[in-house]
Amino acid sequence: MTVLFWVLAVAAVASGAAVFAVGSMARATFALLASFLCVGGELLLAGQHYLGVLVVLMMIMEMLVMAVFMVMYMMDPAGLMPMSMVHNRRGALIVSGAVFAALAAGVFAVPWPARRGGPPRDPAAALGQAIMGPKMLVMMVIGIAILATMIATVVLATRTGRYGEDGAR
Amino acid sequence: MTLQAFLLLAAALFSVGLYGALSQRSIVMLMMGLELMINGIVAAAAGFWHQVSPGAADGQVLVLVAITVMALEMAMGFAVVTALFRARDVDMADDAGDLKG
Amino acid sequence: MLEVVVLGVLAVAAASLDAVLAGGPGPFREAARLLVLERRTTPQADRLLARIGAIALPLAAALAALVVPFGGHAALDTRVGVVWFNAMEVVGWAAVWLVGWGANSAFALVGGYRFIAQGLAYELPHMFALITAALAAHSLDLRAIGAAQGGLWFGVWMPVAFAVYLVSALAMAFWGPFGAPLGADIAGGAALELPGPDRLVFLAGRYGLLAVASAVAVPLFLGGGGGPVLPAWLWSLVKTCAVLALLVWARRRLPVLRMDRFVQAAWVVLIPAVLLQMLVVAVVVVD
Repeated sequence: MTVLFWVLAVAAVASGAAVFAVGSMARATFALLASFLCVGGELLLAGQHYLGVLVVLMMIMEMLVMAVFMVMYMMDPAGLMPMSMVHNRRGALIVSGAVFAALAAGVFAVPWPARRGGPPRDPAAALGQAIMGPKMLVMMVIGIAILATMIATVVLATRTGRYGEDGAR
Repeated sequence: MTLQAFLLLAAALFSVGLYGALSQRSIVMLMMGLELMINGIVAAAAGFWHQVSPGAADGQVLVLVAITVMALEMAMGFAVVTALFRARDVDMADDAGDLKG
Repeated sequence: MLEVVVLGVLAVAAASLDAVLAGGPGPFREAARLLVLERRTTPQADRLLARIGAIALPLAAALAALVVPFGGHAALDTRVGVVWFNAMEVVGWAAVWLVGWGANSAFALVGGYRFIAQGLAYELPHMFALITAALAAHSLDLRAIGAAQGGLWFGVWMPVAFAVYLVSALAMAFWGPFGAPLGADIAGGAALELPGPDRLVFLAGRYGLLAVASAVAVPLFLGGGGGPVLPAWLWSLVKTCAVLALLVWARRRLPVLRMDRFVQAAWVVLIPAVLLQMLVVAVVVVD
Protein backbone atom coordinates (compact mmCIF):
# COMPACT_ATOMS: atom_id res chain seq x y z
CA MET A 1 0.00 0.00 0.00
CA THR A 2 2.70 2.46 1.04
CA VAL A 3 4.86 1.63 -1.97
CA LEU A 4 1.89 2.09 -4.29
CA PHE A 5 1.10 5.38 -2.57
CA TRP A 6 4.58 6.77 -3.19
CA VAL A 7 4.71 5.49 -6.78
CA LEU A 8 1.43 7.28 -7.51
CA ALA A 9 2.55 10.39 -5.63
CA VAL A 10 5.82 10.69 -7.56
CA ALA A 11 3.97 10.02 -10.82
CA ALA A 12 1.40 12.69 -9.97
CA VAL A 13 4.01 15.36 -9.29
CA ALA A 14 6.22 14.32 -12.21
CA SER A 15 3.39 14.46 -14.73
CA GLY A 16 2.25 17.74 -13.16
CA ALA A 17 5.71 19.16 -13.80
CA ALA A 18 5.69 17.69 -17.31
CA VAL A 19 2.66 19.88 -18.12
CA PHE A 20 4.95 22.92 -18.19
CA ALA A 21 7.92 21.16 -19.73
CA VAL A 22 6.57 19.53 -22.89
CA GLY A 23 6.20 21.48 -26.11
CA SER A 24 3.04 19.94 -27.48
CA MET A 25 -0.18 21.25 -25.96
CA ALA A 26 -1.93 17.93 -26.50
CA ARG A 27 0.81 16.22 -24.50
CA ALA A 28 0.57 18.90 -21.80
CA THR A 29 -3.19 18.28 -21.47
CA PHE A 30 -2.75 14.56 -21.16
CA ALA A 31 0.15 14.97 -18.72
CA LEU A 32 -2.24 16.99 -16.56
CA LEU A 33 -4.81 14.22 -16.97
CA ALA A 34 -2.20 11.67 -15.84
CA SER A 35 -1.60 13.77 -12.73
CA PHE A 36 -5.34 13.81 -11.97
CA LEU A 37 -5.62 10.06 -12.54
CA CYS A 38 -2.78 9.46 -10.08
CA VAL A 39 -4.55 11.56 -7.44
CA GLY A 40 -7.73 9.60 -8.21
CA GLY A 41 -5.71 6.46 -7.52
CA GLU A 42 -4.60 7.93 -4.17
CA LEU A 43 -8.25 8.51 -3.30
CA LEU A 44 -9.01 4.87 -4.11
CA LEU A 45 -6.11 3.83 -1.88
CA ALA A 46 -7.52 5.99 0.91
CA GLY A 47 -10.79 4.06 0.72
CA GLN A 48 -12.81 6.78 -1.02
CA HIS A 49 -13.91 4.55 -3.87
CA TYR A 50 -16.77 6.69 -5.08
CA LEU A 51 -14.81 9.95 -5.07
CA GLY A 52 -11.76 8.33 -6.65
CA VAL A 53 -13.75 6.98 -9.58
CA LEU A 54 -15.61 10.30 -9.80
CA VAL A 55 -12.28 12.14 -10.13
CA VAL A 56 -11.27 9.77 -12.94
CA LEU A 57 -14.61 10.21 -14.72
CA MET A 58 -14.82 13.99 -14.42
CA MET A 59 -11.19 14.76 -15.16
CA ILE A 60 -11.14 12.74 -18.40
CA MET A 61 -14.15 14.68 -19.65
CA GLU A 62 -12.72 17.98 -18.46
CA MET A 63 -9.34 17.45 -20.05
CA LEU A 64 -10.95 16.53 -23.38
CA VAL A 65 -12.90 19.77 -23.34
CA MET A 66 -9.68 21.53 -22.41
CA ALA A 67 -7.90 19.93 -25.36
CA VAL A 68 -10.53 21.35 -27.70
CA PHE A 69 -9.99 24.90 -26.44
CA MET A 70 -6.26 24.43 -26.36
CA VAL A 71 -6.10 23.52 -30.02
CA MET A 72 -8.48 26.38 -30.77
CA TYR A 73 -6.57 29.19 -29.09
CA MET A 74 -2.90 28.27 -28.87
CA MET A 75 -0.64 29.41 -31.68
CA ASP A 76 1.20 26.13 -31.97
CA PRO A 77 -0.81 23.36 -30.28
CA ALA A 78 1.30 20.54 -31.61
CA GLY A 79 4.58 22.09 -30.47
CA LEU A 80 6.11 21.72 -33.92
CA MET A 81 8.05 24.99 -33.54
CA PRO A 82 9.03 25.15 -29.88
CA MET A 83 9.21 28.62 -28.42
CA SER A 84 9.26 29.99 -24.93
CA MET A 85 5.82 30.85 -23.60
CA VAL A 86 6.78 31.94 -20.11
CA HIS A 87 7.38 35.21 -18.37
CA ASN A 88 9.25 35.91 -15.18
CA ARG A 89 10.42 32.35 -14.93
CA ARG A 90 12.96 32.98 -12.19
CA GLY A 91 10.54 34.87 -9.99
CA ALA A 92 7.93 32.14 -10.43
CA LEU A 93 10.47 29.44 -9.55
CA ILE A 94 11.58 31.29 -6.44
CA VAL A 95 8.02 31.98 -5.26
CA SER A 96 6.77 28.43 -5.82
CA GLY A 97 9.95 26.98 -4.29
CA ALA A 98 9.50 29.14 -1.21
CA VAL A 99 5.83 28.20 -0.95
CA PHE A 100 6.72 24.51 -1.16
CA ALA A 101 9.41 24.89 1.49
CA ALA A 102 7.01 26.72 3.80
CA LEU A 103 4.22 24.18 3.26
CA ALA A 104 6.57 21.22 3.75
CA ALA A 105 7.96 22.75 6.94
CA GLY A 106 4.38 23.24 8.14
CA VAL A 107 3.51 19.65 7.31
CA PHE A 108 6.21 18.34 9.61
CA ALA A 109 6.12 21.07 12.24
CA VAL A 110 2.41 21.13 13.04
CA PRO A 111 1.31 18.51 15.59
CA TRP A 112 -1.59 16.99 13.67
CA PRO A 113 -4.45 15.50 15.68
CA ALA A 114 -4.61 11.75 16.08
CA ARG A 115 -7.08 9.70 14.06
CA ARG A 116 -10.56 9.63 15.53
CA GLY A 117 -12.94 6.81 14.71
CA GLY A 118 -12.91 4.53 11.70
CA PRO A 119 -14.29 4.87 8.17
CA PRO A 120 -17.98 4.03 7.74
CA ARG A 121 -18.93 0.77 6.08
CA ASP A 122 -19.93 2.60 2.91
CA PRO A 123 -18.20 6.00 2.55
CA ALA A 124 -20.23 6.82 -0.57
CA ALA A 125 -23.49 6.39 1.34
CA ALA A 126 -22.11 8.51 4.19
CA LEU A 127 -21.25 11.26 1.70
CA GLY A 128 -24.72 11.11 0.18
CA GLN A 129 -26.37 11.28 3.62
CA ALA A 130 -24.16 14.25 4.52
CA ILE A 131 -24.85 16.40 1.47
CA MET A 132 -28.56 15.63 1.57
CA GLY A 133 -28.73 16.15 5.36
CA PRO A 134 -26.50 18.22 7.63
CA LYS A 135 -24.32 19.54 4.77
CA MET A 136 -27.18 20.39 2.44
CA LEU A 137 -26.20 24.07 2.35
CA VAL A 138 -22.97 23.07 0.58
CA MET A 139 -24.93 21.25 -2.09
CA MET A 140 -27.31 24.17 -2.55
CA VAL A 141 -24.45 26.65 -2.93
CA ILE A 142 -22.74 24.35 -5.45
CA GLY A 143 -25.97 24.08 -7.39
CA ILE A 144 -26.48 27.83 -7.58
CA ALA A 145 -22.82 28.38 -8.45
CA ILE A 146 -23.13 25.93 -11.34
CA LEU A 147 -26.28 27.67 -12.60
CA ALA A 148 -24.62 31.10 -12.36
CA THR A 149 -21.57 29.79 -14.21
CA MET A 150 -23.68 28.32 -16.99
CA ILE A 151 -25.45 31.62 -17.56
CA ALA A 152 -22.29 33.71 -17.27
CA THR A 153 -20.23 31.53 -19.61
CA VAL A 154 -22.91 31.54 -22.30
CA VAL A 155 -23.28 35.32 -22.04
CA LEU A 156 -19.53 35.82 -22.24
CA ALA A 157 -18.92 33.39 -25.05
CA THR A 158 -21.70 34.34 -27.48
CA ARG A 159 -20.60 36.25 -30.52
CA THR A 160 -22.55 39.37 -29.65
CA GLY A 161 -21.22 39.63 -26.10
CA ARG A 162 -23.33 40.80 -23.23
CA TYR A 163 -24.86 43.85 -24.92
CA GLY A 164 -26.57 42.10 -27.82
CA GLU A 165 -26.31 42.62 -31.56
CA ASP A 166 -26.61 46.41 -31.70
CA GLY A 167 -26.08 47.30 -28.06
CA ALA A 168 -23.63 49.76 -26.60
CA ARG A 169 -20.05 48.83 -27.36
CA MET B 1 0.31 6.43 4.00
CA THR B 2 0.60 8.86 6.89
CA LEU B 3 -1.10 12.23 6.99
CA GLN B 4 2.30 13.88 6.39
CA ALA B 5 2.72 11.88 3.17
CA PHE B 6 -0.63 13.06 1.84
CA LEU B 7 0.09 16.67 2.78
CA LEU B 8 3.57 16.54 1.24
CA LEU B 9 2.04 15.31 -2.01
CA ALA B 10 -0.53 18.08 -1.81
CA ALA B 11 2.17 20.71 -1.16
CA ALA B 12 4.23 19.49 -4.12
CA LEU B 13 1.24 19.55 -6.49
CA PHE B 14 0.23 22.99 -5.21
CA SER B 15 3.72 24.41 -5.73
CA VAL B 16 4.09 22.99 -9.24
CA GLY B 17 0.70 24.45 -10.10
CA LEU B 18 1.67 27.78 -8.58
CA TYR B 19 4.81 27.87 -10.73
CA GLY B 20 2.69 27.27 -13.82
CA ALA B 21 0.10 29.87 -12.87
CA LEU B 22 2.80 32.49 -12.27
CA SER B 23 5.07 31.79 -15.21
CA GLN B 24 2.85 30.86 -18.14
CA ARG B 25 1.89 33.59 -20.59
CA SER B 26 -0.99 31.79 -22.27
CA ILE B 27 -4.22 31.91 -20.28
CA VAL B 28 -5.00 28.30 -21.16
CA MET B 29 -1.70 27.13 -19.69
CA LEU B 30 -2.23 29.38 -16.70
CA MET B 31 -5.52 27.63 -16.02
CA MET B 32 -3.75 24.29 -16.10
CA GLY B 33 -1.59 25.60 -13.26
CA LEU B 34 -4.70 26.57 -11.29
CA GLU B 35 -6.16 23.09 -11.87
CA LEU B 36 -2.99 21.50 -10.53
CA MET B 37 -3.26 23.64 -7.39
CA ILE B 38 -6.83 22.47 -6.82
CA ASN B 39 -5.62 18.93 -7.47
CA GLY B 40 -3.32 19.39 -4.48
CA ILE B 41 -6.31 20.48 -2.39
CA VAL B 42 -8.16 17.30 -3.38
CA ALA B 43 -5.19 15.21 -2.24
CA ALA B 44 -4.96 17.10 1.06
CA ALA B 45 -8.68 16.75 1.76
CA ALA B 46 -8.51 13.02 1.03
CA GLY B 47 -5.60 12.71 3.45
CA PHE B 48 -7.38 14.61 6.20
CA TRP B 49 -10.51 12.50 5.79
CA HIS B 50 -8.59 9.23 5.87
CA GLN B 51 -6.09 10.04 8.62
CA VAL B 52 -7.92 12.45 10.94
CA SER B 53 -11.65 11.85 11.08
CA PRO B 54 -12.95 9.18 8.69
CA GLY B 55 -16.11 8.99 10.77
CA ALA B 56 -17.30 12.43 9.68
CA ALA B 57 -18.07 13.15 6.03
CA ASP B 58 -16.50 16.65 5.98
CA GLY B 59 -13.35 15.60 4.12
CA GLN B 60 -15.39 13.92 1.41
CA VAL B 61 -17.63 16.96 1.06
CA LEU B 62 -14.52 19.12 0.65
CA VAL B 63 -13.27 16.85 -2.16
CA LEU B 64 -16.66 17.17 -3.85
CA VAL B 65 -16.52 20.97 -3.59
CA ALA B 66 -12.96 21.05 -4.96
CA ILE B 67 -13.95 18.95 -7.99
CA THR B 68 -16.87 21.28 -8.67
CA VAL B 69 -14.63 24.34 -8.32
CA MET B 70 -12.25 22.84 -10.89
CA ALA B 71 -15.05 22.40 -13.40
CA LEU B 72 -16.44 25.90 -12.80
CA GLU B 73 -13.01 27.50 -12.96
CA MET B 74 -12.37 25.88 -16.31
CA ALA B 75 -15.75 26.81 -17.78
CA MET B 76 -15.42 30.41 -16.63
CA GLY B 77 -11.81 30.65 -17.78
CA PHE B 78 -12.60 29.43 -21.27
CA ALA B 79 -15.55 31.80 -21.53
CA VAL B 80 -13.24 34.72 -20.69
CA VAL B 81 -10.61 33.49 -23.15
CA THR B 82 -13.28 33.19 -25.83
CA ALA B 83 -14.48 36.75 -25.18
CA LEU B 84 -10.92 38.03 -25.15
CA PHE B 85 -10.02 36.17 -28.32
CA ARG B 86 -13.07 37.54 -30.11
CA ALA B 87 -12.17 41.08 -29.15
CA ARG B 88 -8.39 41.03 -29.65
CA ASP B 89 -7.26 37.76 -31.26
CA VAL B 90 -4.99 36.97 -28.32
CA ASP B 91 -4.92 34.42 -25.55
CA MET B 92 -2.04 35.94 -23.61
CA ALA B 93 -2.38 37.17 -20.04
CA ASP B 94 0.09 40.01 -20.73
CA ASP B 95 -2.12 41.47 -23.45
CA ALA B 96 -5.08 41.75 -21.12
CA GLY B 97 -3.35 43.92 -18.57
CA ASP B 98 -5.75 46.83 -19.13
CA LEU B 99 -8.58 44.72 -17.68
CA LYS B 100 -7.37 45.46 -14.17
CA GLY B 101 -9.68 47.84 -12.43
CA MET C 1 -11.10 -12.96 -14.05
CA LEU C 2 -13.20 -15.50 -15.92
CA GLU C 3 -15.82 -12.82 -16.56
CA VAL C 4 -13.30 -10.69 -18.49
CA VAL C 5 -12.30 -13.66 -20.65
CA VAL C 6 -15.95 -14.48 -21.38
CA LEU C 7 -16.57 -10.89 -22.47
CA GLY C 8 -13.51 -11.05 -24.72
CA VAL C 9 -14.92 -14.18 -26.37
CA LEU C 10 -18.26 -12.39 -26.76
CA ALA C 11 -16.50 -9.46 -28.46
CA VAL C 12 -15.02 -11.86 -31.02
CA ALA C 13 -18.45 -13.44 -31.45
CA ALA C 14 -19.91 -9.98 -32.09
CA ALA C 15 -17.29 -9.34 -34.75
CA SER C 16 -18.12 -12.70 -36.37
CA LEU C 17 -21.85 -11.97 -36.35
CA ASP C 18 -21.24 -8.57 -37.87
CA ALA C 19 -19.10 -10.16 -40.58
CA VAL C 20 -21.86 -12.69 -41.35
CA LEU C 21 -24.50 -9.95 -41.53
CA ALA C 22 -22.29 -7.82 -43.75
CA GLY C 23 -21.09 -10.74 -45.88
CA GLY C 24 -17.45 -9.73 -45.38
CA PRO C 25 -14.41 -11.69 -44.20
CA GLY C 26 -14.54 -13.07 -40.67
CA PRO C 27 -12.70 -11.44 -37.76
CA PHE C 28 -9.73 -13.80 -37.78
CA ARG C 29 -9.07 -13.30 -41.49
CA GLU C 30 -9.43 -9.57 -41.03
CA ALA C 31 -7.04 -9.65 -38.06
CA ALA C 32 -4.45 -11.57 -40.06
CA ARG C 33 -4.78 -9.09 -42.91
CA LEU C 34 -4.29 -6.12 -40.57
CA LEU C 35 -1.26 -7.74 -38.92
CA VAL C 36 0.64 -8.17 -42.18
CA LEU C 37 -0.40 -4.80 -43.59
CA GLU C 38 2.53 -2.57 -44.50
CA ARG C 39 3.13 0.10 -41.85
CA ARG C 40 2.55 3.61 -43.07
CA THR C 41 3.38 6.80 -41.29
CA THR C 42 2.40 10.44 -41.56
CA PRO C 43 4.93 13.26 -41.21
CA GLN C 44 5.18 14.97 -37.81
CA ALA C 45 2.78 12.47 -36.27
CA ASP C 46 2.58 12.26 -32.48
CA ARG C 47 3.18 8.51 -32.35
CA LEU C 48 3.26 8.29 -28.58
CA LEU C 49 -0.22 9.77 -28.14
CA ALA C 50 -1.68 7.77 -31.05
CA ARG C 51 -0.24 4.57 -29.60
CA ILE C 52 -1.62 5.37 -26.14
CA GLY C 53 -5.03 6.04 -27.68
CA ALA C 54 -5.10 2.76 -29.62
CA ILE C 55 -4.14 0.73 -26.55
CA ALA C 56 -6.42 2.65 -24.18
CA LEU C 57 -9.61 1.53 -25.94
CA PRO C 58 -9.33 -2.27 -25.37
CA LEU C 59 -7.77 -1.59 -21.96
CA ALA C 60 -10.80 0.49 -20.96
CA ALA C 61 -13.13 -2.28 -22.16
CA ALA C 62 -11.21 -4.87 -20.13
CA LEU C 63 -11.19 -2.69 -17.02
CA ALA C 64 -14.92 -2.04 -17.39
CA ALA C 65 -15.44 -5.82 -17.68
CA LEU C 66 -13.95 -6.22 -14.18
CA VAL C 67 -17.18 -5.03 -12.54
CA VAL C 68 -19.63 -6.89 -14.81
CA PRO C 69 -21.40 -9.60 -12.81
CA PHE C 70 -22.31 -12.98 -14.25
CA GLY C 71 -24.89 -14.46 -11.95
CA GLY C 72 -24.01 -12.78 -8.66
CA HIS C 73 -20.23 -12.68 -9.03
CA ALA C 74 -17.93 -10.03 -10.53
CA ALA C 75 -14.15 -10.09 -10.90
CA LEU C 76 -13.69 -6.95 -8.80
CA ASP C 77 -15.43 -6.57 -5.47
CA THR C 78 -16.53 -2.94 -5.43
CA ARG C 79 -19.60 -1.05 -4.32
CA VAL C 80 -19.39 1.59 -7.05
CA GLY C 81 -19.51 -0.62 -10.15
CA VAL C 82 -21.92 1.65 -12.04
CA VAL C 83 -19.64 4.70 -11.73
CA TRP C 84 -16.58 2.64 -12.61
CA PHE C 85 -18.24 1.30 -15.76
CA ASN C 86 -19.18 4.82 -16.83
CA ALA C 87 -15.67 6.15 -16.15
CA MET C 88 -14.19 3.44 -18.35
CA GLU C 89 -16.59 4.31 -21.16
CA VAL C 90 -15.36 7.89 -20.96
CA VAL C 91 -11.79 6.63 -21.37
CA GLY C 92 -13.01 5.66 -24.84
CA TRP C 93 -13.50 9.34 -25.75
CA ALA C 94 -9.93 10.10 -24.78
CA ALA C 95 -8.77 7.10 -26.82
CA VAL C 96 -10.59 8.18 -29.98
CA TRP C 97 -9.46 11.79 -29.69
CA LEU C 98 -5.84 10.75 -29.11
CA VAL C 99 -5.88 8.45 -32.10
CA GLY C 100 -7.39 11.21 -34.24
CA TRP C 101 -4.96 13.83 -32.99
CA GLY C 102 -1.84 11.67 -33.11
CA ALA C 103 -2.00 11.00 -36.84
CA ASN C 104 -1.49 14.66 -37.79
CA SER C 105 -4.17 14.27 -40.44
CA ALA C 106 -7.15 16.59 -40.90
CA PHE C 107 -9.85 13.93 -41.42
CA ALA C 108 -8.59 11.88 -38.47
CA LEU C 109 -8.79 14.94 -36.21
CA VAL C 110 -12.31 15.71 -37.46
CA GLY C 111 -13.25 12.17 -36.42
CA GLY C 112 -11.78 12.75 -32.96
CA TYR C 113 -13.73 15.98 -32.54
CA ARG C 114 -16.92 14.33 -33.69
CA PHE C 115 -16.61 11.78 -30.95
CA ILE C 116 -16.12 14.44 -28.27
CA ALA C 117 -19.32 16.19 -29.40
CA GLN C 118 -21.20 12.89 -29.54
CA GLY C 119 -19.80 11.76 -26.20
CA LEU C 120 -20.73 15.00 -24.43
CA ALA C 121 -24.26 14.86 -25.84
CA TYR C 122 -24.91 11.20 -25.00
CA GLU C 123 -23.04 11.02 -21.70
CA LEU C 124 -25.78 12.84 -19.78
CA PRO C 125 -28.71 10.66 -20.88
CA HIS C 126 -26.45 7.62 -20.43
CA MET C 127 -25.56 8.67 -16.90
CA PHE C 128 -29.19 9.41 -16.01
CA ALA C 129 -30.28 6.00 -17.34
CA LEU C 130 -27.62 4.30 -15.19
CA ILE C 131 -28.62 6.35 -12.15
CA THR C 132 -32.31 5.54 -12.65
CA ALA C 133 -31.64 1.82 -12.24
CA ALA C 134 -29.27 2.49 -9.32
CA LEU C 135 -31.92 4.66 -7.69
CA ALA C 136 -34.54 1.94 -7.83
CA ALA C 137 -32.13 -0.61 -6.31
CA HIS C 138 -30.67 1.80 -3.68
CA SER C 139 -27.16 0.80 -4.73
CA LEU C 140 -24.34 1.61 -7.14
CA ASP C 141 -23.25 -2.01 -7.05
CA LEU C 142 -24.17 -3.87 -10.26
CA ARG C 143 -24.60 -7.13 -8.34
CA ALA C 144 -27.01 -5.53 -5.90
CA ILE C 145 -28.95 -3.90 -8.75
CA GLY C 146 -29.28 -7.26 -10.50
CA ALA C 147 -30.43 -8.92 -7.28
CA ALA C 148 -33.01 -6.19 -6.58
CA GLN C 149 -35.21 -7.20 -9.54
CA GLY C 150 -36.76 -10.31 -8.07
CA GLY C 151 -40.34 -9.51 -9.05
CA LEU C 152 -40.32 -7.23 -12.06
CA TRP C 153 -37.41 -6.43 -14.36
CA PHE C 154 -36.37 -2.78 -14.39
CA GLY C 155 -36.50 -2.88 -18.19
CA VAL C 156 -40.24 -3.55 -17.98
CA TRP C 157 -41.31 -0.83 -15.59
CA MET C 158 -38.77 1.80 -16.70
CA PRO C 159 -38.81 1.28 -20.47
CA VAL C 160 -37.66 4.83 -21.27
CA ALA C 161 -34.49 4.43 -19.23
CA PHE C 162 -33.82 1.06 -20.87
CA ALA C 163 -34.29 2.45 -24.37
CA VAL C 164 -32.12 5.47 -23.61
CA TYR C 165 -29.46 3.16 -22.19
CA LEU C 166 -29.38 1.06 -25.36
CA VAL C 167 -29.24 4.10 -27.66
CA SER C 168 -26.54 5.85 -25.65
CA ALA C 169 -24.54 2.62 -25.35
CA LEU C 170 -24.50 2.53 -29.15
CA ALA C 171 -23.27 6.14 -29.14
CA MET C 172 -20.59 5.42 -26.56
CA ALA C 173 -19.24 2.54 -28.65
CA PHE C 174 -19.58 4.72 -31.83
CA TRP C 175 -21.42 1.83 -33.40
CA GLY C 176 -23.87 1.71 -36.31
CA PRO C 177 -25.75 4.97 -36.88
CA PHE C 178 -23.46 6.64 -34.34
CA GLY C 179 -20.36 5.64 -36.29
CA ALA C 180 -19.74 9.18 -37.54
CA PRO C 181 -16.35 9.42 -35.75
CA LEU C 182 -15.18 6.66 -38.08
CA GLY C 183 -17.50 7.78 -40.86
CA ALA C 184 -17.00 7.00 -44.52
CA ASP C 185 -17.69 10.66 -45.35
CA ILE C 186 -14.37 11.56 -43.74
CA ALA C 187 -12.52 8.59 -45.24
CA GLY C 188 -12.59 6.47 -42.07
CA GLY C 189 -12.31 9.26 -39.52
CA ALA C 190 -10.26 8.85 -36.38
CA ALA C 191 -8.84 5.47 -37.41
CA LEU C 192 -7.88 6.73 -40.89
CA GLU C 193 -4.09 6.71 -40.50
CA LEU C 194 -3.73 3.88 -37.96
CA PRO C 195 -1.20 1.26 -39.04
CA GLY C 196 -2.48 -2.34 -39.27
CA PRO C 197 -1.71 -3.74 -35.78
CA ASP C 198 -2.81 -0.51 -34.07
CA ARG C 199 -6.05 -0.56 -36.04
CA LEU C 200 -6.63 -4.18 -35.02
CA VAL C 201 -6.19 -3.29 -31.34
CA PHE C 202 -8.39 -0.19 -31.68
CA LEU C 203 -11.26 -1.98 -33.45
CA ALA C 204 -11.02 -4.91 -31.03
CA GLY C 205 -11.46 -2.37 -28.24
CA ARG C 206 -14.62 -1.10 -29.89
CA TYR C 207 -16.12 -4.60 -29.99
CA GLY C 208 -15.04 -4.99 -26.38
CA LEU C 209 -16.90 -1.82 -25.37
CA LEU C 210 -19.98 -3.05 -27.19
CA ALA C 211 -19.82 -6.43 -25.42
CA VAL C 212 -19.37 -4.81 -22.01
CA ALA C 213 -22.22 -2.36 -22.61
CA SER C 214 -24.53 -5.27 -23.49
CA ALA C 215 -23.38 -7.25 -20.45
CA VAL C 216 -24.08 -4.30 -18.14
CA ALA C 217 -27.60 -3.93 -19.55
CA VAL C 218 -28.41 -7.34 -18.02
CA PRO C 219 -27.97 -6.49 -14.31
CA LEU C 220 -29.28 -2.96 -14.87
CA PHE C 221 -32.52 -3.69 -16.68
CA LEU C 222 -32.97 -7.41 -17.41
CA GLY C 223 -33.04 -8.94 -13.96
CA GLY C 224 -29.38 -10.03 -13.77
CA GLY C 225 -29.12 -13.78 -13.36
CA GLY C 226 -32.80 -14.25 -12.55
CA GLY C 227 -34.74 -16.90 -14.50
CA PRO C 228 -36.23 -20.38 -14.20
CA VAL C 229 -34.42 -23.76 -14.35
CA LEU C 230 -30.98 -22.63 -15.60
CA PRO C 231 -28.24 -21.46 -13.18
CA ALA C 232 -27.81 -17.71 -12.67
CA TRP C 233 -24.53 -17.32 -14.59
CA LEU C 234 -26.02 -19.06 -17.62
CA TRP C 235 -29.04 -16.75 -17.61
CA SER C 236 -26.70 -13.76 -17.46
CA LEU C 237 -24.77 -15.14 -20.42
CA VAL C 238 -27.91 -15.86 -22.45
CA LYS C 239 -29.33 -12.39 -21.84
CA THR C 240 -25.99 -10.74 -22.64
CA CYS C 241 -25.79 -12.63 -25.93
CA ALA C 242 -29.31 -11.53 -26.81
CA VAL C 243 -28.59 -7.84 -26.14
CA LEU C 244 -25.27 -8.01 -27.96
CA ALA C 245 -26.87 -9.66 -30.98
CA LEU C 246 -29.54 -6.94 -31.00
CA LEU C 247 -26.91 -4.18 -30.93
CA VAL C 248 -24.82 -5.80 -33.68
CA TRP C 249 -27.91 -6.40 -35.81
CA ALA C 250 -29.00 -2.78 -35.32
CA ARG C 251 -25.85 -1.54 -37.03
CA ARG C 252 -27.30 -1.81 -40.52
CA ARG C 253 -30.98 -1.55 -39.60
CA LEU C 254 -31.18 1.94 -38.10
CA PRO C 255 -31.38 5.10 -40.19
CA VAL C 256 -28.26 7.23 -40.26
CA LEU C 257 -28.91 10.92 -39.73
CA ARG C 258 -26.48 13.79 -39.85
CA MET C 259 -24.44 13.99 -36.71
CA ASP C 260 -25.75 17.34 -35.55
CA ARG C 261 -29.29 15.92 -35.66
CA PHE C 262 -28.23 13.08 -33.38
CA VAL C 263 -26.58 15.50 -30.97
CA GLN C 264 -29.64 17.73 -30.97
CA ALA C 265 -31.89 14.73 -30.32
CA ALA C 266 -29.79 13.82 -27.30
CA TRP C 267 -30.03 17.29 -25.75
CA VAL C 268 -33.63 18.08 -26.62
CA VAL C 269 -35.41 14.71 -26.46
CA LEU C 270 -33.40 12.11 -24.56
CA ILE C 271 -32.38 14.17 -21.53
CA PRO C 272 -35.90 15.45 -20.67
CA ALA C 273 -37.38 12.00 -21.34
CA VAL C 274 -34.95 10.20 -19.07
CA LEU C 275 -35.30 12.90 -16.39
CA LEU C 276 -39.07 12.38 -16.37
CA GLN C 277 -38.48 8.63 -16.15
CA MET C 278 -36.20 9.23 -13.19
CA LEU C 279 -38.87 11.34 -11.49
CA VAL C 280 -41.43 8.56 -11.91
CA VAL C 281 -38.99 5.97 -10.56
CA ALA C 282 -38.06 8.18 -7.61
CA VAL C 283 -41.71 8.69 -6.69
CA VAL C 284 -42.43 4.96 -6.93
CA VAL C 285 -39.34 4.00 -4.94
CA VAL C 286 -39.91 6.52 -2.14
CA ASP C 287 -43.54 5.58 -1.82
